[in-house]
Amino acid sequence: MREVRTPTPLQFGWLLAAVAATVAPHAIELSAWLVILCASLVAVRAALSWRRGEPPHQLVIVLIAIASGVGVKLEFGHFFGKDPGVALLAVLLCLKLLESRTTRDVRAAVLLTFFLQAGLFFDNQTPGIAALALAGTLLATTTLLSLEDDGARPAAQLRTGAVLLAQGLPFMLVLFVLFPRVQGPLWGLPADAYSGMTGLSDSMAPGSISQLGLSDAIAFRAEFDGVPPPPAQRYWRGPVLTRYDGRTWRPGLSVAATAPGYEPSGTGYSYRLTLEPHNQPWLLALDFPAANLPNARYTSDYRLLAEQPVRVRARFDLRSYPATAIGLTETAAALAEARRLPANVNPRTRELAREIAAGAPDHDAILVRTLERLRSIGLTYTLSPPLLGTHAVDEFLFDTRQGFCEHFASAFVFLMRAAGVPARVVTGYQGGEINPVDRSLVVRQSDAHAWAEVWLAGRGWIRVDPTALSAPARIESGLSAALPEWDALPLLRRPGLDWLRDLRHRWEALSNTWNQWVLGYNPDRQRELLERIGFSQPDWRTLAVLLGASATALMLLLFAWAFAQRRRYDPLDAAWARLSRKLARHGAARHPWEGPLEYGQRLSTAFPGQAEALRTITERYARLRYGADHADPHSVRELARSIRRLNLK
Amino acid sequence: MPHRYAIRVLEAANCIILGKERELRLALTCLIARGHLLIEDVPGVGKTTLAHVIARLVGLHFQRIQFTSDLLPADIIGVSIFDREAGSFRFHPGPIFSQLILADEINRATPKTQSALLEAMEERQVTADSETHALPEPFFVIATQNPSHQIGTFPLPESQLDRFLLRIRLGYPDRNAERALLMGEDRRELLERQQPVIQPEDLLALQQAAHSITVSARLVDYVQALLASTRHNPELSAGLSPRAGLGLIAAARAWALTDGRDHVLPEDVQTVFPHVAAHRLHFAGDGRSVTPEALGQLIRDVTVV
Repeated sequence: MREVRTPTPLQFGWLLAAVAATVAPHAIELSAWLVILCASLVAVRAALSWRRGEPPHQLVIVLIAIASGVGVKLEFGHFFGKDPGVALLAVLLCLKLLESRTTRDVRAAVLLTFFLQAGLFFDNQTPGIAALALAGTLLATTTLLSLEDDGARPAAQLRTGAVLLAQGLPFMLVLFVLFPRVQGPLWGLPADAYSGMTGLSDSMAPGSISQLGLSDAIAFRAEFDGVPPPPAQRYWRGPVLTRYDGRTWRPGLSVAATAPGYEPSGTGYSYRLTLEPHNQPWLLALDFPAANLPNARYTSDYRLLAEQPVRVRARFDLRSYPATAIGLTETAAALAEARRLPANVNPRTRELAREIAAGAPDHDAILVRTLERLRSIGLTYTLSPPLLGTHAVDEFLFDTRQGFCEHFASAFVFLMRAAGVPARVVTGYQGGEINPVDRSLVVRQSDAHAWAEVWLAGRGWIRVDPTALSAPARIESGLSAALPEWDALPLLRRPGLDWLRDLRHRWEALSNTWNQWVLGYNPDRQRELLERIGFSQPDWRTLAVLLGASATALMLLLFAWAFAQRRRYDPLDAAWARLSRKLARHGAARHPWEGPLEYGQRLSTAFPGQAEALRTITERYARLRYGADHADPHSVRELARSIRRLNLK
Repeated sequence: MPHRYAIRVLEAANCIILGKERELRLALTCLIARGHLLIEDVPGVGKTTLAHVIARLVGLHFQRIQFTSDLLPADIIGVSIFDREAGSFRFHPGPIFSQLILADEINRATPKTQSALLEAMEERQVTADSETHALPEPFFVIATQNPSHQIGTFPLPESQLDRFLLRIRLGYPDRNAERALLMGEDRRELLERQQPVIQPEDLLALQQAAHSITVSARLVDYVQALLASTRHNPELSAGLSPRAGLGLIAAARAWALTDGRDHVLPEDVQTVFPHVAAHRLHFAGDGRSVTPEALGQLIRDVTVV
């Protein structure tokens, strides 16, 4: 058992660093008591190795292990699943570190760190986490290396570790590209995994969108082929809300079909939409998408739906025509629904509507008059409007006169309906910001918006954005330009923090690239890539052959490289190294500082049977290496041969 | 073959000084490498005898100078005395005008006197009354020094120590050698009867032969690595100088010659290294002279390529 060795302080230092680097990123998801426990275990171990103390008694470690097991059970209620698993693994790793005495323990601890590094990706797959996992892997690899080569300087050990990882990189890439992809996350997620996803809901009550306005999380990104549409045309369609109960707007009946119910016309914009998961089926396409997406459905209220709620980041190649006329022929039932209002709410608004409608020749005129009237009321656009009571629209229009887009849209649609014009609320996102780094359009939750559609005979559904009446800047330049006071805004939306915005832009461009190329590499993209290199419809056998062939080719390349490195050695050096390797098997390797004659002397004492041969070899080497005459190839070959033939039996 | 001369000297010397083969060979190496030798040890272990033996075996003209605290530079170099008959000053050469000088207990003299000797060693000439007098050839100084913690000593400064190529310690003889010494003939009488085994010209031939011993590029790599390791060692206050490097190679050449080889091996360097470096390196913390253990570690830290 040559494993019963005590690790040197340096080896322990590497292990400490590897464990700390592995457990620290887990601190985000672990609860406080676990973080404190792990940190103190690591600290105790560090103090022990600093003072060269002995690890605590086995019993203490067992007690801590049982106690933390009970703690995990109390916190999670069970031991199954990733969260309790990661928590237990983290504590056990720290305990293993604490009790480590021999190099064998160090190896076991390193193995555990590799597991925990994989566990980092359960909750988070950002480039930052990948970098942390890489750093942890490098430290763990260096720990293993230091066990084998404890004479080298720390920097040299770290460099060797990095070289080893770099050599593994091509294999990792081959496996990444060619290994059959699994749709969705690899690990089974519990049912509540999607509860944290933010985004628009399918109903709208006062305050529901202004809540989103506070979040600068990204909702989706769009990369346009060519020039993106002007800001005023960037309406990304979400739920269309027809039913109103006096407080909350809900979607009406809509029918889904495989093709859109309109004829796309006008200028088209092609773009690639990368949607963050929001656990809803709608795709937030720019008004109005053409029928170029397979498996998508087009609803009668002009939304684009996916088959399944979007639960992982997804990409869609879309083409939209903002100028398309929609709903030229609308059923009477649909129009009737778009005029329905609950009784007994907002009497003052109804009165106003009657006043506007009186004497108006047609719906167009009512629309124009309503807009004029709203403008004259003098409404203020704000993220934090006062709370409203039962007659929400009345209070907004006549009392508080402050509201966010949902108040404007709701009041406008109520007014139109009260005046007898079919109208409805549309929610979604408006605007977006071009990231100057990669030219993609980034739409955040704070771009969430509500607007209105009015149906006019002969023109169909017309988009009307009542928010634009009071805050035209909201539509043209985004939220921060429209709000007078900016302190309630998300940090990134505040003016005057240009450097921060620039940094954020860069980071988001990097994340986007990462999302597109690493996380977004799904079975479809794998198929696309393989088709592009000439393998259409590959089955698992083709993939296996490809995988094997690439790995073999890589191995050969690495081998050739290593061989070329070897060939740069002098043949005399190679022969001399061979002698030492050969004798190492008999426990008589040359010490690095040992000169040839000294080595020869040691060997001839150790192997009396071969004393003469060994002395001849070492003396000949000494003469060839250090002598006056240039070592001629013939003698070097001769020496190499005698070393090869040396038999130490 | 010049190296026969060396063998002859060593064989004869070993008959007189018992059990000190390695030290005798180092002393001869120093002589062949045209360096000066510093012997540091307690009194009575045979420092003077060693100097005598070498002088006699090589047939060199020998002078012993006992250094004391009242010794003056003129006592070593010589004085100019007015010659009434010639009507001018005449230089009376001091004891330094000999081929082999034994400077006994050099650290008992004042720094002024010490530096007079050490300057002569370096220049191999003496200047008195603006007249330069060349010292004889070969010129070899063996200085002995008591361990510096003894009372009444002026320790040699580092720059002066650098003039000595090698420093050796004799140490007590082992049991058998001491027994032979105690029972045998008086060493001094033995020495009186001893005839030179080589001539001073043979020594010059040896010195020339040593100079033409091959030092391969690989060996220079090794020596440089060794020097670099003393310079990058945080435990040491300063590394070895280029002069020490030159001395290291010269001593290794001479050692290889006494071994009968025409090229220098790393082992030669390793053998002479502790003696070249011991009086030149000091620990960073307390300025103590470097220990043999530390020197051994320095050698083990450098890979032989």
